[in-house]
Amino acid sequence: MSITIDRIKKSFGKFQALNDVSLDIPEGKLTALLGPSGSGKTTLLRIIAGLESSDSGRVLFGGDDVSNLHVRDRNIGFVFQHYALFKHLTVAQNIAFGLESLPRRSRPSKQEINERVAKLLEMIQLPQLADRYPAQLSGGQKQRVALARALATKPRILLLDEPFGALDAKVRKDLRRWLRALHDEFHFTSIFVTHDQEEALELSDQVVVMSQGQVEQVNSPTGLYARPESRFVFDFLGHVNVLSGVVKGQSLVQGNARVALPGVVNNQEAQLYLRPHEVQLAKAPVAHARLPLRIEAISLIGSEVRIELAPEGWESNEIWEVGMSHGEFACHNPTRGELWYAIPAVGHLFAGDSAQPETVDWHSTAHASAANM
Amino acid sequence: MSAEQHRVGDQPWVRRSLIGLAVSLTVILLVIPVVVIFTEALSAGWSTFSDNILDEYSLHAIGLTLLVALLTVPLNLVFGTALAWAVTRFRFPGRKLLITLIDIPFAVSPVVAGLLYLLLYGRNGWLGGWLSSHDVQLMFAWPGIVMVTVFVTCPFVARELIPLMQQQGSEEEEAGVVLGASGWRIFSKITLPNIKWALIYGVVLTNARAVGEFGAVSVVSGNVRGQTNTLPLHVELLYQDYNVAGAFAAASLLAAIAILTLIAKAIVEWRQSRIEHPAPKTGGA
Repeated sequence: MSITIDRIKKSFGKFQALNDVSLDIPEGKLTALLGPSGSGKTTLLRIIAGLESSDSGRVLFGGDDVSNLHVRDRNIGFVFQHYALFKHLTVAQNIAFGLESLPRRSRPSKQEINERVAKLLEMIQLPQLADRYPAQLSGGQKQRVALARALATKPRILLLDEPFGALDAKVRKDLRRWLRALHDEFHFTSIFVTHDQEEALELSDQVVVMSQGQVEQVNSPTGLYARPESRFVFDFLGHVNVLSGVVKGQSLVQGNARVALPGVVNNQEAQLYLRPHEVQLAKAPVAHARLPLRIEAISLIGSEVRIELAPEGWESNEIWEVGMSHGEFACHNPTRGELWYAIPAVGHLFAGDSAQPETVDWHSTAHASAANM
Repeated sequence: MSAEQHRVGDQPWVRRSLIGLAVSLTVILLVIPVVVIFTEALSAGWSTFSDNILDEYSLHAIGLTLLVALLTVPLNLVFGTALAWAVTRFRFPGRKLLITLIDIPFAVSPVVAGLLYLLLYGRNGWLGGWLSSHDVQLMFAWPGIVMVTVFVTCPFVARELIPLMQQQGSEEEEAGVVLGASGWRIFSKITLPNIKWALIYGVVLTNARAVGEFGAVSVVSGNVRGQTNTLPLHVELLYQDYNVAGAFAAASLLAAIAILTLIAKAIVEWRQSRIEHPAPKTGGA
């Protein structure tokens, strides 16, 4: 079932939690609401669920206006951040709760309920814990039980509030994979709230980035990472290396650093944003860029070597980060304290006051200038 | 362990004298008086004791006291639960004020409470004139006794529930409503089991106070023997009549109720601590 959010506004006292939010959630997809705390993502989720009412605007499920439909009648699954399991009921009783709450006409028989609960316990791989109480479960087990409970009534919409926030890294990874598989199998429409960009990018089909009660950008994870539309999204999604300076003589200049920017208006301030994978390291500067950096730290853990560098002869608010394959690393063998030059391949330029970035591709310009010669 | 490693105040003599002081004060101030009540009550023998208890006026006082408790406890149970629910589950202007107001019966002397009711509902009071013209007599009758007892004991249940419900939050109830449960089902299956022991504890305290209340009741009851005399008032009347054995016999009943209440409270507390720290279940299959 698709979900449409139509000009939702919500404030708590003087605090504007949601400011005119409109959004389309496609059917059968897993959508992430991503943003820092206070961005309004949880409030939006609770309004979709019906646990909170909006000041104005509408929520539509598959084209039907449900703004005035009681949460009880919306038939959604909701997974709470701290699980909210009924602590005096066993695991099996928790999972059966939704089925037993159905009106008598549509309520399955005791026998059927027991079978459904057994099946769900099977699905969450915890059949041996049916008679335990929530206090006797680990965090990951509680989360699975919460999911099974939410799915028991076969809702067509599943909402998850920071579903993995309270779990340790290893369990979180397992559960993420498991939720993805579950979603691919059942194809309900899911929305989950998270402040963890890695989780949002890994798990979802569509990411909604929120900030200060507004939607900043909606896109697929790859699209979002490759083409951020604002400084906020850039800063919030992954690490970014920034060179801010003044454009002079077709180049962005700050101190010792200089990057060629053909066709950009001179004498204005500008910031160049570079993703770690869009930069390479070399022993000498090249024609289009001279970015001297000194290696501060090298992290070998992971599929890529992560190198942290500090600007040499110019300034940056944050440390620079460059990724390098283990093969390359073994070949060049960079060591801490050495001076290297960053060579950008693709960059994103915010010139003057513009909120939208302009993509700069030095490969094509290099080719173009080579062809012109 | 050397003397330097003791924490401040951990020296044996400090510990021993503090424990000794606490124990002897408890014995002198609490245990001896209670024992004296029972020995005095039984000093003239079992038959005098039972005569005193089975005396017509004593029986009436016992009955009236039980009636008051029987009406007060359910009233305050409902009132306390509703109030705790309102202030912990909803946000509304004046919520903080309401939480403060609920403590008035604790802060005000019971005698003052009794006088207030007398001024309000008595024959010459603001509402009393209208009430008596409609042939309703509240003061110097059992309804008045119930009213002041309800007033004096109304914070107990709410005071027990509010911190617990605040700490538990409303997430479980929200989970229930999302799963489609009706309001009553949420209350009976989710809220009530979570607050059950605090509720029982509140009831135990309410009951103890309702049975033992003297000050407020003595102002509004009029002390009519066989009509508006509760057990605590009866003790005083008997004592003023120089019927010491009778007074102690009635007092021993009150003390017995109090001791039973304490036992009930201890059981509830023990149950509660077992729920909060459950023994780990062994085996899993």
